[in-house]
Order: sequence, then C-alpha cells, then structure tokens
Amino acid sequence: MSTSHSIAAKKFLENQTYATWHDKTFWGVRAKRDKLAFELPEWERLRDKASAIKRHTLTNIDMYLEMFSEAAEKNGVEVHWAKDAQEFNEIVFNILKSHNAKKLVKSKSMLTEECRMNPYLEERGIEVVETDLGERILQLDHQDPSHIVMPATHLSHDDVGEIFERELNTEKGNHDPTYLTYMARLSLRDEFLTADAGMTGANFGIAATGDIVVCTNEGNADMSTSVPKLQIAAIGLEKIIPDYEALSVFVRLLARSATGQPSTVYTSHFRKARPGADKMHIVIVDNGRSQWLGDPQHWESLKCIRCGACMNTCPVYRWSGGYSYSYFIPGPIGINLGMLRNPKEYSGNVSACTLCLSCQCVCPAKVDLGTQIYKWRQALDSYGVANKEKKMMVKGMDMIFDHLSVYNAATACAHFLNGMGPLVNNGLNPWAYAHKMMKFPKKPFHKQFEDMEKNEK
Amino acid sequence: MKVGLFIPCYVDAVFPEVGMASYKLLRHLGLDVTYPKGQTCCGQPMANAGFAKDATQLASKYESMFKGFDYIVAPSVSCTAFIRLQYPNILKDANHKCEIASRTMDLVEFLHDVVKIKGPLGRFPHKVSLHNSCHGVRELHLSSPSEMVVPRYNKIKDLLNLMEGIEVVEPEREDECCGFGGMFSVEETAVSKQMGEQKLMRHAATGAEYITGADCSCLMHIAGINAKEMKYPAIKFLHVAEILASGIK
Repeated sequence: MSTSHSIAAKKFLENQTYATWHDKTFWGVRAKRDKLAFELPEWERLRDKASAIKRHTLTNIDMYLEMFSEAAEKNGVEVHWAKDAQEFNEIVFNILKSHNAKKLVKSKSMLTEECRMNPYLEERGIEVVETDLGERILQLDHQDPSHIVMPATHLSHDDVGEIFERELNTEKGNHDPTYLTYMARLSLRDEFLTADAGMTGANFGIAATGDIVVCTNEGNADMSTSVPKLQIAAIGLEKIIPDYEALSVFVRLLARSATGQPSTVYTSHFRKARPGADKMHIVIVDNGRSQWLGDPQHWESLKCIRCGACMNTCPVYRWSGGYSYSYFIPGPIGINLGMLRNPKEYSGNVSACTLCLSCQCVCPAKVDLGTQIYKWRQALDSYGVANKEKKMMVKGMDMIFDHLSVYNAATACAHFLNGMGPLVNNGLNPWAYAHKMMKFPKKPFHKQFEDMEKNEK
Repeated sequence: MKVGLFIPCYVDAVFPEVGMASYKLLRHLGLDVTYPKGQTCCGQPMANAGFAKDATQLASKYESMFKGFDYIVAPSVSCTAFIRLQYPNILKDANHKCEIASRTMDLVEFLHDVVKIKGPLGRFPHKVSLHNSCHGVRELHLSSPSEMVVPRYNKIKDLLNLMEGIEVVEPEREDECCGFGGMFSVEETAVSKQMGEQKLMRHAATGAEYITGADCSCLMHIAGINAKEMKYPAIKFLHVAEILASGIK
C-alpha cells in the first residue's frame, strides 16, 4: 500500500542525518513563528479578521476585481486579464517583445512557477534572471523550489558553495555564507543594471488604490523595478483585498507566520510607473481560480496568503521534504491546491497527512487545511484513484464491524495471533514495518464484562 | 444521569484493561453507568481511509444503541472526536438528523467538565510523561493547542494531578503528532515510523517511568515501535483511566 508521496518520503528518510537536520530547521521556523505570535495578545482575533476579509473579498471578487483594475488604470497602468497559464505567458511575452526586451529580472513569484513562465520565455529567446537569493541559487542549479517562502532552505552552505563555484566562479572551498551572499549580490547587481524589464509577483492587490504590494527581505523586488524601464506585475486574482485597512491586518500576520519576523524588511507598494519609465503592466491571472471558487467544499483554500506556516508545522512535510510532493506547492496547502488543480494527477499527495490539524491552527487566514484533506480522501474513490488494497481493507472492516457475530468471533480468536510471531511480524503486514505486533488478550473487554456481570449476580 | 459506556473496537480487542478501568472509575464515582451489548466500531478507520459512507450503518447503530442516555462516554479521544464531529455529516447524508453526537464525550472531558471530580482518587507515586493526542488537543480541546494564542490549560494534566505523589511532565514539542494517524500508519509507513520514534525519544528524555494519554491508538503506535526496537525497555504505557483507577478495588 503506497502512494507517490509515501514512496518519495521513504527515500528521503534514507539519509537520517539530512532528514533530522531538515526537521529541525523547519521546526525552528515554527518556533520563531510561535514566539512572535504569542507577543500579540490579539493574534487569534487577527486570524479571525483575516479569514473574514478573505471570505468577504472572495465572495465578492467580481466587484473587487473591477475596483482594482479601474483604480490601476486611473494610475496609468495597463491591466491584462489571463484566463490560464498559456494566456499569461503569451501576454508577458508580447509585452516584452513589443519593448524589444531581451533580459527580464524578476522577484519571487509562485504564480510564475505555476504557469511555468521562465521556460516559456527562455524558449523564445528571453533571458530570465531570478533575483531572490533562494530562487537564484535554484535557478543556477536547475532545481525547483522545495518550499514556497524559503525555496532553497533544503540546501546547506556547502551545497550552495558548490553551485556558486560552478556557476559564478567563486573561490574553491570558500563556503562562508557571508562570502557567498556577497558574491551573489555582486553578480545580481550586474543583472539589474543590464536588464530591459523587471517583474514582481504580488502578495496583495489593493482594490481601492490599485497598488501591488510586495513583501521581501532582500529588496530585490525594488531593484528589479527601479532599474529597468519596463515593469510588469503578475497577480493571482485571489490576492485582491479591499483596502489599506484590510492590508493592515495581513501585514501583521504574514511575516510573523512565515518567518517569525514582525514584518518583512521591505513592504513595497507599486502603483504606477516611475517618472521617465515605460508604462507599468499588471497581469491578473485566473488559471482555475474562478472554477475553484465555485467548489462549495474547497473554495476556502483560496484564502491562502502563501506564508508557508502550514509546511513548517507539518510533521509530514518536515520529515519528507518539499520534493516528495508531486505538485509544485508542497505541504498541506499544496495537497489541497494540487487536488483543486487536477485530482487524478495529484491524488498521490493526499496520503501525506496524519490529520493532526496543526496546519489549521497556524494558518493566518484560517484555511481548514487538514479538514479539507479529509474531504478530498472521501472523494478519491469517485475519481477512480482510491488505493485498491485500502478499499479492500475497508470492505473487510465493513464485514467485521457491521456483523456482530463476525466481530465477536474475530475478537475471540485474535489472541491466537500472539503465538504466530513470524507469520504476523513480516513484510506482508504493513504494521510490522515499524511495530512489533500487539499482544491480543485472551478475552476482549465485552467478554470480560460479561464474566464480571455473571460473577456479581 | 444515565451514562452509556462506549468501548471502541480496538480498546475492546487489544486493551480490555482500559475498558475495565473506565467502567470501574465511573462506578466508583457513583454514576449510573451501563455498557450496552453488541458494540463494535465507530467507523473512523473507514472514514479516515476515505470511505466515510461505509461508516453510515455503524453510525445509525450507535445512535439507536445510545439514544436513551444522557451522556455517552468513551476512553478514546479520536473515536469520540470522530463521532462528535463527523456523525452529523454522515447521518445527514443518510437523511438522518444526529442528536447524539454532542452528548458523546471522551472520558477525560466527561470527568473534568461534567463530573468535575476534585477529590483524591488514590496514590500513584510515579513520574509520567503525558501524551497529548492531536484529536484531543485540536478537536476536543482537552488542552490549549501549542499553536494558538489562548490561555494555557490541560484537562488531562488536571485529572492526573489529582493522584497523590504523581509527577506529570510533558515531552518537548508537547502536542506534536506521534505519526499514528490511523490509515496513515500503514500507508505512509516510513514517515509514521520516523515520527513515532521521535515522539518516543522525547517522552523518554523526560525521564518518566510511564507514558500516558487519553488515546490508546497513539500509545499503541509508540509502544509498538518501542517493543520492536527495544530502545527504552523500562518505559511502561498506561491509559489515563488506568492511572486514575489504579487505587480502586
């Protein structure tokens, strides 16, 4: 009985030193989050408020999208609407082409990952440079992010040092983090200065003002947009919130939840092109979101603000790593978004949950992540992707539990298994992988109770 | 007050002593407690595996079996949580309104919130490490979840501290999942084992003689790993009910 996730997780755990370090690292982020959250007595009220704002905005998204685009157009921004990934990539490429842009520097955006924008542009002759340090490391090493906020945290200083030696000609054997960061900075400076266009994602879009709000720690979004003449922002339609008052709730939650900081180093508002620059472009992307909004069971996954807190607290994520999930977003939110995207293709991740529900206790937008995974499990059979052995096991349980005589016979005989060590403690019994088989009592409780009652009479 | 005792399948089949302790304890407290015959399973294993519909028959049976009781008490947090939170959905699908779900309580919350026991129950002069099961913490609210900014409390600890001479400690990461997760333990064997080993290690690091909790399934998982690896042969496992009932003859 295995799934795509359980197979990959087993492999991940073969290197115990690495796995232990991985768990400790991300638990450390959870602990930092706890410390910061507990400094705010109003924390739970903030979460309630954030959830309410998201519910309100998402259920009135048509109105807020119009408000946002009108405000942005009034600011002189050109607003584009992309119904899917293909259309998004085409729009971005056409903007770049019409400006004869050859090099694009960009800050971190999970939306561009979702649309596989980089390879699309690269195939068409555009050089794309990631400027978030983590994303840059991965780009140089041709890897995908393993986490949505700390995309390269799964790599050690030595891993990064070796990648830089190879790709940036850094000193052999010098894996000092300060040195490596400095070298990354030097090489990125060059990229910023020679780029034709800059792109950001968006943490929030403010309907009242048309602002794109981007939260970063490195200032790379600001560099990407303040040097090149052309600026493009990509935003998923669920990222729109009403106004600054709403934003004030989310900025208090975002960095505390994500990295355990009171706020990100930069919270930048991009509203219009700077003087002398070309027109600013905003591309609003649907790519499935309006469909998901109509799913009565799962639409609240769209409340997610991409802080990654659910991954850090998820013991399964910490003990299996981002690459063990088949969807590009891992962890609890990734399991859910993958199922919304394509339940047949991504059902192999649904097993990666003990239903401990820690995720929904940390989620700043109160997405009921674990509860939704439970609901997805109920739907697997209808998609034809339920595990056959598991289904048989359930039918077996039905047979036993729905028929008292069978149940009584089974519990009366269970203790015979005690003497059959090798027959039960073997590879055919998945419980025996980790456990010594439990000892069954001679008499189950209901028999003992019966005896006791007889004796008392 | 009529109390019905629900003994879930695996407690019945594997841990009868926990059922006996629960019954003794309730009777000792002067309660009118009955154990209706013909009980099997609450249906959680099926639902957890993705087949909640297969639990419908069991839910209906549970409902008719216990409908005459003021409270239904079970010494298992995950079964209780499943009945309380999922039966209304399951029986709604079967065109059925479930009123009994909210009267179903875990033994710990029943003793703490309804019976409100205060007095001494007996002596248990040992150091115990408390295992806070996820569904107890985050579904039945037996203790404040470590993630949430709410006043700190722990109903299991309150009860255990009624025992004379007891020292109750909690492992580091006090309510992190042990990795049992029902079907998870046979579907995601590697992660389940890893999480169980970690939990065992942290419990052992407290120096406790016993690991105790309000859910036998978590304890069964951790004890099964310990029995296979024999890392901490001296550590013993007891359900909270067994400790609370240890002084009752």
